[in-house]
Amino acid sequence: MAATTLAPPPAEDATLLDSNEMVLNMGPQHPSTHGVLRVILKLDGETVLGTDCVIGYLHRGVEKIAENRTYQQFAPYVDRMDYVAAVSNGLGYCMAIEQLLGVEIPSRAQCVRVILAELNRIASHLLWLGTHALDIGAITPVFLCFREREQVLNIFEKYCGARLTTHAFRIGGLQYETYDTFERDCLALCDLMEEKVQEYHSLLTGNRIWVRRTKGVGVLSAEDCKDYGVTGPLLRAAGEAWDLRKVRPYCGYEKYDFEVPTAESGDTFDRYIVRMKEMEQSCRIIRQAVETLPAGPIKGKVGKVIKPPPGEAYVSIEAPKGELGYYVVSDGSLKPYRLRVRPPSFVNLGALDKMCRGSLVADVVAIIGTIDIVLGEVDR
Amino acid sequence: MLEQLLDIPYVQPLVLTAAIVLVFPLVAGYIVLAERKVLADLQVRLGPMRVGPYGVLQPLADALKLMLKEDIIPSRADKWIFWLAPVLSTFTALSAFAVLPLSDRLYVADVNIGILFILAMSSIGALGLILGGWSANSKYSLMGSLRAAAQMVSYEVPLGFATVTAIMCAGTLSMQGVIRSQLERGVWGAFDNFGLMLIPTALFIIAGTAETNRAPFDLPEAESELVAGFHTEYSGFRWALFFLAEYAAIVVISSLCVTLFFGGWLRPFPNVAALEIPVNFGFPAALFALMAFGCLKGVPKQPIAGFKILMALIAGAFLLVAGAFVVPAVNELVIGLFWFCFKLAAMVYLFIWYRGTFPRFRYDQLMDVGWKWLIPISMAGLILNGVVQLLARG
Repeated sequence: MAATTLAPPPAEDATLLDSNEMVLNMGPQHPSTHGVLRVILKLDGETVLGTDCVIGYLHRGVEKIAENRTYQQFAPYVDRMDYVAAVSNGLGYCMAIEQLLGVEIPSRAQCVRVILAELNRIASHLLWLGTHALDIGAITPVFLCFREREQVLNIFEKYCGARLTTHAFRIGGLQYETYDTFERDCLALCDLMEEKVQEYHSLLTGNRIWVRRTKGVGVLSAEDCKDYGVTGPLLRAAGEAWDLRKVRPYCGYEKYDFEVPTAESGDTFDRYIVRMKEMEQSCRIIRQAVETLPAGPIKGKVGKVIKPPPGEAYVSIEAPKGELGYYVVSDGSLKPYRLRVRPPSFVNLGALDKMCRGSLVADVVAIIGTIDIVLGEVDR
Repeated sequence: MLEQLLDIPYVQPLVLTAAIVLVFPLVAGYIVLAERKVLADLQVRLGPMRVGPYGVLQPLADALKLMLKEDIIPSRADKWIFWLAPVLSTFTALSAFAVLPLSDRLYVADVNIGILFILAMSSIGALGLILGGWSANSKYSLMGSLRAAAQMVSYEVPLGFATVTAIMCAGTLSMQGVIRSQLERGVWGAFDNFGLMLIPTALFIIAGTAETNRAPFDLPEAESELVAGFHTEYSGFRWALFFLAEYAAIVVISSLCVTLFFGGWLRPFPNVAALEIPVNFGFPAALFALMAFGCLKGVPKQPIAGFKILMALIAGAFLLVAGAFVVPAVNELVIGLFWFCFKLAAMVYLFIWYRGTFPRFRYDQLMDVGWKWLIPISMAGLILNGVVQLLARG
């Protein structure tokens, strides 16, 4: 695999002067490859000549497992793909099966889904911000981010009992009605986040070292993004206002008034700014959703046994990391005939080599951080 | 009796040397504990809380753990150099302690080239880092040591220029002499020459941070990039030696800074006699009394009797020290040491504060900052101070 992108080893008669290229193996055990990513770097001094990703250390065959589970049984498995955004994963899966079934989801359930998905976007971005800053050497923001993320997880815990792998939604709607102080907690969290985002800005945005470490690093233009299929904050930071919540609204996102933050240069700093703004926009959506939360049933007309008619469905949503798609083929039985996931992390990681070439070793770490990958989702 | 003993040649230096070599590892351990506690405070957490009350016994536990660890030398390493590197680093860092003016009477040696000696030792100490990374025969270590080499070379120049400016201002290379000259001129080095000495002071602190490989210049051991940089392959006691060397270097550089720019063992405003009582007697006594009070308040919170007794003992010790500062005879003996350590602690706090605040520089940016900014500014500072000094003092 390494031989495909990296140049062949130097010839037999190479002198000492020719051999200043070094192949450095980074990971799978490395402090900042965000899990078990392995990157083979070809270096000239500290300059990166090329990279090659080796993945699969966390492969669990999730798509194959789906073929051996009933539709409901498989739902908890999707939480374990992008485990920092489990709610979004569950939302995409449930929507795909609901499309196969052709059921109508009650508006209250949709509204709660939006609230939880946006809360999850905040939690995911907070984790990204903390670890990204840690990679660049700022060791304090990670603790502040985890402090706020804790508040989000508390809401999840109160709602469904789980904090990380929530399994918050069921096919057809919701399992649980919201708890008594749900609305109040959500609004309190929005207040908190709007204040804390400013605190993160004061820690990092104006810091000259931070700006120098991120500006012009790992540039990916809008054209490159389209070529590689890169979506999410990376695409938006390159200037393309592509957000599935706006361009192909689902779950009633068309009812909410929010902006799609974009930037121009597509470097690491822009992606940082875009994600920071997205947290603020998520708060805006949550506020509106909580204020307009309708009363009514929380589950559509779905039978106890889920048996979709033969057919196929592809549903994609705007997960925190980009376009998360589920393609499901049903043969009319209790189990999916085939289930395929389009994970944003995996596709975005494909652009790593493009972003890294010509940069320095320290930038590779910053770039891995800025792509915001979760290896559970890359390897599935 | 005691004074007669100390008058015998070599007795005081030897006793002090033994004390430094034996006690400093413990001091380093407590600086680490302080670092962990301060960082924890910056990062909304508590830090070590389990080993002893508020984690006060943590350094002992850590030291014990490191000594009991298996000693590993990688099979492909250059065994002797691998062995030599941490020894070299620790040896040079501790040697530099010899000329530190802990107080007006407490020092191992007052050499007439004391400052030069410290700079020489810290340069050789860098060799330990380079050799350690190179001998391990690991790519991460190699990159760490290459970075260390480049960084040391680049940042020793502005550090040197800043030091030269201070020497020029003081007119001597002896550590005690520098402090005495500040006493004569009645102003700390940092504020001399109508405040122009602030330029070399700031540069010294920045370059000193880089010289000791501390954040934001911790590239040789950049954890998130190079795993642990030059000491990736070190473990157990050898690793502990590198650790000791790093903290010794911090103390030495901070001491040099305190001596050159912040009056060493002099109290603030050394020439204002009216401040003698509040600053030299009141302040230390109040400080230690406050610390004793803080410890006493923590006593009832301790879960077991042993911890309660330990906390009470610590409080008692602080109270005793506070009381000692009020006795004029004792005060005269220890006040120099108190001020030196107090300023040193402030400097070390600054180093820890940096680490909790700044992201890390990138390799090329580090070189940029060093060569394009610090060196020109330090040269300009030298010339400016020289001209002003010539005009002002004639």
